[in-house]
Amino acid sequence: MSAAGFLDRSRCIAPPGYDRWRVPPAALAIHLSIGQAYAFSVFNLPLTKILGVTAPVPEDWKLTTIGWIFSVAIVFLGLSAFTFGRWLEEAGPRKAMFASASCFGGGFLVAALGVQIHQIWLVYLGYGVLGGIGLGLGYIAPVSTLIKWFPDRPGMATGLAIMGFGGGAMIGSPLAVALMDFFKSSTSVGVAEAFVVMGILYFAFMMFGVFTVQVPGPGWLPASYTAKRKAEFGATPAVPTIGTPAGRSNAERRPMAKDVHVNEAIRTPQFWLLWVVLCLNVTAGIGVLGQASPMIQEMFPGGVSAQAAAGFVGLLSLANMAGRFVWSSASDIIGRRRTYMVYFALGALLYASVPSAGRMENATLFVAFYCVIMSMYGGGFATIPAYLRDQFGEMHVGAIHGRLLTAWSLAGVAGPVLVNYIREYQINHGVAKGDAYSATMYLMAGLLVVGFVANWLVQSVHATHHYNPERGPMRV
Amino acid sequence: MSERDETFELRPRIIAWLVVGIPLAWGVAQVTIKSAALFQ
Repeated sequence: MSAAGFLDRSRCIAPPGYDRWRVPPAALAIHLSIGQAYAFSVFNLPLTKILGVTAPVPEDWKLTTIGWIFSVAIVFLGLSAFTFGRWLEEAGPRKAMFASASCFGGGFLVAALGVQIHQIWLVYLGYGVLGGIGLGLGYIAPVSTLIKWFPDRPGMATGLAIMGFGGGAMIGSPLAVALMDFFKSSTSVGVAEAFVVMGILYFAFMMFGVFTVQVPGPGWLPASYTAKRKAEFGATPAVPTIGTPAGRSNAERRPMAKDVHVNEAIRTPQFWLLWVVLCLNVTAGIGVLGQASPMIQEMFPGGVSAQAAAGFVGLLSLANMAGRFVWSSASDIIGRRRTYMVYFALGALLYASVPSAGRMENATLFVAFYCVIMSMYGGGFATIPAYLRDQFGEMHVGAIHGRLLTAWSLAGVAGPVLVNYIREYQINHGVAKGDAYSATMYLMAGLLVVGFVANWLVQSVHATHHYNPERGPMRV
Repeated sequence: MSERDETFELRPRIIAWLVVGIPLAWGVAQVTIKSAALFQ
């Protein structure tokens, strides 16, 4: 069997009776790896003293220059998910996950070369462009696969995978620190060496996912789901309707009654409303997440040490990760729209209350508010694929998810810029550092209110958008 | 399905979950230890 053949969609169709609970670990292997991106900031300070080693010298890179590495990666995450989402549906998850592993692992190696010869463009190209493409492919491929395996619990399934993305930072951060400590010497800060080891380790770990991922066989449905599905779709073609005959691509299979073609989906108001929903949810969370450490120290001067602030950041990471699984699983019970209503309403209320917690000098309340906010930030990421599946069916959910992730790219750049700009503006106009965050919190609450309205406007996709194989992929 | 068959089915599932569960548990433990500083 050739390597290319092994990666084909037709070679990863599960045999009858396959245990679907063996698929989430394959998805987690990918997401735990690419989630390292959230921990990239641990390299920031060492990267500012590549030449000086013990302290930065004038020729060393500035923090602002280094900050762009993560931003480029997030932009390319969105662009690659947008561009390759449709290909992924055709090629299957194994090929997409292999491409992701190659890009993500290879990106580390190119970045290591850039650090070694001190060429920032190579680091941008390696970790930013190549790594970012790996992030985009790796993010959507497992999610789309799990949705097909768990049509009865899509929220729980996608929450499980996307929880891995949150958990990836928890592995990536201490791993990077340990590797840099191991490799640092009088002539090196150890970043290039750490990049090489991480590139190889992550590639190997992602290959576990490549080898073990499977897609459901023709007509497969969980037994408990069959009766419910029959009731839902009534007189539509008898179950199975989502079968994929062996060797046929996803696009060739018979569609669900509610399937919407990716090119048609982006013409619906529901797609753009959900785009706004994701963008605002991410914007509200990501900017504050990046400032959590200085924020708690400045809002409680003298009361919170730098070490305790680092503990606060860690706690937020745990809340972010747990929220991805808990909220997304809850959405299977209370419904996707209602879950986002909770995110936005409760989020706005908590953001508006944070300045009061600061004025009351109640650090416990402040931490509790932020943990809930971050759990909903994570939950927003994890629930969106199931929301898309509810609206547009399973046929092109990976490709549609990929297009929606451009909202993340925009929010990933706009969120921190917005928060930093408002803070600087306030401080430059004489506002005390501890109070400078209040305006940001009220703005975030306002953004979440807009998100609430966008989510409230989401209704079921009209039947005229549903895919009909006899009319072709587009509505006529 | 016989008892032997069930064991055969269960083993790959457990192995797969351990492969991803151990690194995740290690990462969560690291962060939990770090978070404890907030309460000291």
